[in-house]
Amino acid sequence: MFRKLIIIAVATFIFAFNANAGSDGEIILKKNKPNEIKDCFENLNRATFAFNQVIDGVIFKPVSSVYRVLPSPIKTGVSNSLDNLSNLVTIPNNVLQGELRKAGVNSGRFIINTTIGILGLIDVAQHLGLPEYEKEDFGQSLATMGVGPGCYLVLPVLGPSTVRDATASVVNFIGGDAWYNVTVNNDTQHFSDFDYYASKVTSGIDFRAKNFDSIENLEKNSLDFYASVKSLYLQDRQQKILNTNKIIETQDDSDWEEIETK
Amino acid sequence: MKLKKILFIFFLYHFTLNNAYSLEPDIFVQSTVNRASLILSKNISKKEKINELKAIAKETVDIKGVGLYSLGSARKKLNDNEKILYSELFESYFLKSFSSRLAEYTNPEIEVKSKKVLNENYTIVNSLLIGTSERPEIKIDWRIYTKNPDNPLIRDLIIEGLSLARTQKEEFSSILNSNDGDINALFETLQKFSKN
Repeated sequence: MFRKLIIIAVATFIFAFNANAGSDGEIILKKNKPNEIKDCFENLNRATFAFNQVIDGVIFKPVSSVYRVLPSPIKTGVSNSLDNLSNLVTIPNNVLQGELRKAGVNSGRFIINTTIGILGLIDVAQHLGLPEYEKEDFGQSLATMGVGPGCYLVLPVLGPSTVRDATASVVNFIGGDAWYNVTVNNDTQHFSDFDYYASKVTSGIDFRAKNFDSIENLEKNSLDFYASVKSLYLQDRQQKILNTNKIIETQDDSDWEEIETK
Repeated sequence: MKLKKILFIFFLYHFTLNNAYSLEPDIFVQSTVNRASLILSKNISKKEKINELKAIAKETVDIKGVGLYSLGSARKKLNDNEKILYSELFESYFLKSFSSRLAEYTNPEIEVKSKKVLNENYTIVNSLLIGTSERPEIKIDWRIYTKNPDNPLIRDLIIEGLSLARTQKEEFSSILNSNDGDINALFETLQKFSKN
């Protein structure tokens, strides 16, 4: 019954945002422009953001400050292992986005790294000529199908998101994430719920530790930390949706055209 | 014949003079980061480092241009007095924010990798901040304003694809929006930041 409700909610959401599988890159770029995304729930978002900062100060910051001084091989191993697990969400999304070659490479990477790479601790596949691709999720797949982001949203503990991305993440819990399926959804006797939640918390700590100085620096030097985080998140999201590292595709030169100082 | 020779020499002299000091954006970036790196590795106090970094920023960053960009469409509504005041406030804010951000790093190693000319006014220089045991390597792109090729200026830093100028612009816009577009609220915030 719960599954049905969720499927209906996702379907309604898709129709409400006028999904259009034929949208080209330009439309996707325009729809996901950070300054086009409205902050409809700003007061609530700011309150949640303040709550998240407290959680960060009490849990994530102190733990990540210890984690970041661990020996590099340990941190690299943990990071590799988490990246390897994320393939279980990336692969179906490669398929949904029509990137079959990437789906093949990522599947190869997952099999090699899980077996020869000892549960993903060592990125053996990289040395065998299988490059690591960007992570994909169901929110990005919906975006490539032409679904707009909707309003900006800050989720408790999980942080910045959009209505589209938050809704799409529900797919992970109804069969879209194989790691969730073998840990929480089904009793496989090999894994428990704890494994899933521990991997998610570790992933948060790994991210926080990798960006420790940048986050501290940003907080200290921001006039409006909430607005800075929102801007950086939406810029990053736009890049991930477009699967590009080329800044010229996401930076609008016309913004600079009128600025003549010399 | 003599006139032709004189004209030719004059043209050659003028041409050489105009190109003699033209600075390639990638060389400009590498030399700027080398200078900053040298300061950061010096055995001097943090305050002294900040002061020296501020001097480099004044020389190499188009602070006025970044300020106007950060203000977005609100810049069109400013009167002359407000423009002057904003320019002063932004410079103090920018120099403090920029130098204290950089001063946190000790001896950062940045390698310039390539460049892409966008048009006659802009070149993007691609570089890499070498990783350490505490920090992964970071891709940094520099938007260089090349309207005057003899004096290229930095207008934006794009870290892993995220533009700092754009972030600042959206931050300013958020402050203006929460204060019904009142420019004085932004002035006050900038002033407060610089004084702290």
